[in-house]
Amino acid sequence: MSYTFQFGVLAQYQDEILNGIWLTIKLSVLSILLGSAAGVVLASIRSVKGGAARFLVDAYVEIIRNTPFLVQLFIVYFGLPGVGLRVGADTAALIGMTINLAAYSTEIIRAGIEAVHKSQIEAGEALGFTRFQIYRHVIIVPAIAKVYPALCSQFVLMMLASSICSAISTHELAASAAFVESQTYRSFEVYIVVTLIYLALALALRACLALVGMWLFGRRVARRTMTSLPEVQA
Amino acid sequence: MTLRTFGFNEFGFLLQALQWTIVLTVIALIGGGLLGFAVALARTSRTKAVRIAAGTYIQVIQGIPVLMILFLSYYGLSLAGLELPPLIASGASMTIYASGYLAEIWRGCIQAVPKQQWEASESLAMTRLQQYRYVILPQAVRISLPPTVGFAVQVVKNTSITSIIGFVELARAGQLINNATFQPFRVFIAVAVLYFVVCYPLSQLSRWLERRLHAGSNR
Repeated sequence: MSYTFQFGVLAQYQDEILNGIWLTIKLSVLSILLGSAAGVVLASIRSVKGGAARFLVDAYVEIIRNTPFLVQLFIVYFGLPGVGLRVGADTAALIGMTINLAAYSTEIIRAGIEAVHKSQIEAGEALGFTRFQIYRHVIIVPAIAKVYPALCSQFVLMMLASSICSAISTHELAASAAFVESQTYRSFEVYIVVTLIYLALALALRACLALVGMWLFGRRVARRTMTSLPEVQA
Repeated sequence: MTLRTFGFNEFGFLLQALQWTIVLTVIALIGGGLLGFAVALARTSRTKAVRIAAGTYIQVIQGIPVLMILFLSYYGLSLAGLELPPLIASGASMTIYASGYLAEIWRGCIQAVPKQQWEASESLAMTRLQQYRYVILPQAVRISLPPTVGFAVQVVKNTSITSIIGFVELARAGQLINNATFQPFRVFIAVAVLYFVVCYPLSQLSRWLERRLHAGSNR
C-alpha cells in the first residue's frame, strides 16, 4: 500500500464544509425542538387511559420505531409528491427527522410518566392541586427530568442520523463530504475529516444539552446527561 | 414502451432483497457480537489503560454516524488495495457499528451482576477466567437478552444505510423498483411494511423478555 495522504486540498472547500455543518446544525436543532414538543404532547395524550387516541399514538410510535429512517425519508420525499404534496429536500429532511424523533421522544417520555408513583398524584390531590397543576408539577416535569438523559442520547443519535438525509439530496454535512470527494477524489481524507467533525458535533451537542438540563432541572440531571451513552430503546 | 407497475414480480424482488437485509443483520450481530464482547470485557478489565482504550472506542463509534463508518471502511479497504464487493464492506462496517453498541450494552450487564458474586467467587479461589465462566457471565447473559434483542431491531433498520454505497438490500431494491415503476408511495410503503414485519416481532420479543426478567425481582 503506497498512499500519500493529502489533507491540504480540502482547505479550499472550507466554505462548502461549513455550509454543510450549518445545515446539519439547523436541521438537528429544529427537529429536536419540534420532535420533543410533539413527544410531550403525544405522551400526555397517551397517558389518558382507553380510547382511540391512545391506540393511534401507540400505532404511530410502533410504526416509526420499527421501520428504517431512510425508508421514512423516501416516503416523505418521493412518496408525498405522488399524493399531491411537493416538498423540497431540506423540508423533507426536517419533516422526516421530526416524525422520527417525535416517536422516540413519545416512547421515552411515556416511560417517565409511567414511573411517576401513584402516591405522588394522591399527595398532589391531598394538597388541593387542580388537575392541571398535578399534571404539570407532579407528572410531566418530574417525568421529563427523570428521562432527560435518555432523551438527550436520542437527540444525539438523531443528529448523527441526519447524515442519512444526504440520500435524498439534502445538502447537509454528509452531502458536502460527498461533493468535496467528487471534486478532489480524496475520499479517505474527506471522510476522516468529516467523521471527526461529526464526533466534535456529537460532543458539543451533548455538552449543550447538559447545560440546558442544568438550567431546567439542576445539576444532578446535567451530570447524568454528560455521562450517559446512547441507550438502546427496546 | 409501457412503464412497469408494482405487481407480484416486483414484490418478489423485494422479498429476495429482504434476504440480503437478513444476511447482513446476521453478519453484523455475529461479527459485532464477537468484537463487542471482547470490548465489553476490556471495558471491565482491571487494567486502567485497557478500560480507557475500550471506553474511547465505544465513545467514538457511538459519536459518529453509521454512514461515515460505512464510507471509511468502503474507501479505506479499497485504499489498502482490496477490491471488495459491497457485501464485505457493508458487513465490515455493520460489524464495527454493532460492536460499539453491544460492548456498551454488555458492559452494563456485566456490571449489573452484584459485587458480592465477584467476592464470593474470589473467596472460592476461582481464577478470573473461572469467575467469568461459571459465575458472572451466566447471570450477565440473562440480563443482556432484552436489550440485545432490542438492539437487533436497530441493526435491521440500519442495514438500510448500506444501500447508499450500492449494496442491494431491501431499501436499495425499493429504490430500483421505484426507478422502474415511478410509484414511489406504493413501493416504499411496501418496503416499510416488510421492515415492520421483521422488526415488530423482535421488538415485542425484547419487551416480553424484559417483563419476564423483572417478573421475579420487582416484588
